[in-house]
Amino acid sequence: MTADHTAATAVTAVPAAPQATTAPRPAPPPPRRRNPAPLLFLLPFFVPFVLFTLVPVGYAFYQSLLRTERTGGTFGRKTTVFAGFGQYAEVLGDPEFLGSAGRVLLFGLVQIPVMLLLALVLALLLDSTVARLKRFFRIAYFVPYGIPGVIAALMWAFLYDPRLSPIVELLDRAGAQPDFLGSSMILWSIGNIVTWTYTGYNMLIIYAALQAVPADIYEAARMDGASEAKIAWRIKVPILRPALILTGVFSIIGTLQLFTEPQVLRSISTSVTSTYTPNLAAYSLASSNNYHEAAAMSVTLALATFVLSFGFLKLTGRKAES
Amino acid sequence: MSLLTDTTGAHPSQPAAGTRPRGPRESRLSVAVATGFLVVIAVYMLLPVFWLIVSATKSQGDLVDSFGLWFSDFHLTDNLRALFARQEGVYLPWLLNSLLYAGAGAAVGTLLSAMAGYALAKYRFRGRELLFSVVLGGVLVPATALALPLFLLFAKFGATNTFWSVFLPSIVSPFGVYLSRIFAAASVPDELLEAARIDGSGELRTFFTMSLRLMSPAMVTIFLFQFVVIWNNFLLPLVMLQDDRLYPVTLGLFTWQSQVSRDPSLQILSLTGSLVSVVPIVITFLVLQRYWKAGLAAGAVKS
Repeated sequence: MTADHTAATAVTAVPAAPQATTAPRPAPPPPRRRNPAPLLFLLPFFVPFVLFTLVPVGYAFYQSLLRTERTGGTFGRKTTVFAGFGQYAEVLGDPEFLGSAGRVLLFGLVQIPVMLLLALVLALLLDSTVARLKRFFRIAYFVPYGIPGVIAALMWAFLYDPRLSPIVELLDRAGAQPDFLGSSMILWSIGNIVTWTYTGYNMLIIYAALQAVPADIYEAARMDGASEAKIAWRIKVPILRPALILTGVFSIIGTLQLFTEPQVLRSISTSVTSTYTPNLAAYSLASSNNYHEAAAMSVTLALATFVLSFGFLKLTGRKAES
Repeated sequence: MSLLTDTTGAHPSQPAAGTRPRGPRESRLSVAVATGFLVVIAVYMLLPVFWLIVSATKSQGDLVDSFGLWFSDFHLTDNLRALFARQEGVYLPWLLNSLLYAGAGAAVGTLLSAMAGYALAKYRFRGRELLFSVVLGGVLVPATALALPLFLLFAKFGATNTFWSVFLPSIVSPFGVYLSRIFAAASVPDELLEAARIDGSGELRTFFTMSLRLMSPAMVTIFLFQFVVIWNNFLLPLVMLQDDRLYPVTLGLFTWQSQVSRDPSLQILSLTGSLVSVVPIVITFLVLQRYWKAGLAAGAVKS
């Protein structure tokens, strides 16, 4: 599920942008009284926005405060009662949910740094003077992003499957006997799919930020005798800070929302349980008609996403100041 | 001098590989190491795609028996025929559904976003910043967290398992509004709006005949972002749709894949189907790459 959010959540990392766009306004349009134009422009967006974003969020929260109870035994009548935050206590006390949350956190702690470091190195190399065939490489790295998450997961599922995979075959011949679908490796097999899909996308964001830097900065550094490596590390990386924070926040949100890849791999690996990631757990709960707890889980997950992305922003922001 | 100025490297006509160092600072060794690393990563990125192409040309038997990274007997046409014939030819509707959900959804979504972003950038009115904050909040709501409550709400109106249950939620793009606001502020000069007003052009007419044109490069970017988001959305159609005639191609292929244990012939069909669905997207991407870069730069650099 990573893809949906990577693009849709850039805003968190660039809180300064809205002010920046409004601040340098030497000649504001004349403030007309009751100009109906803004309303005309805003309504077509805001009506569906309210219906399909704000209302569902509110509805999920409302649902999460309710509980279905059966009066008179297992086959008794179902009634819906107000449960306050009882469902949340249930969610937070559910070892399966906590396990899935721990799993995506571990995943993020390993996969995100690996992916972003790789994207950074690739972007710096493609921006440097030592690389050749830059255009070809840039396109090659971006190709996986054009492949939908479901299809990427399907492809890699085949490449992991010992009965079909040429990669497993080659590794077997070389003496290694990898079990990509086994319970000890499956998390990193998923990590590989995510890394494969999004490294090029992140590289392009970082690369685009690099292109926006005026070349005379580097020229001056070269005049002073700085090596290419030194320029990369001392000048380019600090300049890339906002782009790296942006991709970091994208990745955190994507990781917490992990759904597509594990869901696809479930069909060939028993190691992926129905509660493997928080999103899978919420989906499974909803499938078994426990909507109220599923809603509480979704809200909890959304809140955790907020807290972690803002935490990351605060952390990286403070470091920048000191 | 070329060493200092040529940083983009976008010269397809340049001779290949590290045969010709361009300046005194680049040792042959560092060029070789860098190129080697870039090649290794390129193989990693392209190998699965190459494998997919190779596999789609094989028969189901060869898929299992022959070496996966090279061709054997050519069966692509048979596979394609079988693909489009399977289940009364459900694959073609899947492709068209995907195009409709993503294409029409992104087109409508882009227009709505552009209008809203334009209004937020170019008009001053009470509550403007508040509205913008609410939109930003909407950006932060993960689509997966929306899918379940959306299902419950649509169920209340008996509207699940319809085209609209997937299409309508897809046209909302708060991120598009955010980008539109940035782009409108940068590309539509206030002086021009003033001139249009003095000439007696109405606000809507000014927008549709002039501002929209100025914002068009930005709108391509927003369209592409939105297109990919909808094209990739898996959970929403998964929870909303039961009728497989309404499926987008990703969901359709997923259901085939999950039935492989019952019907092994679906294996080669889901592979061929994956290839067919990916080719037009990848080509579109490569053609429109420069717009992506422009959009990514706007998203990443401004802060």
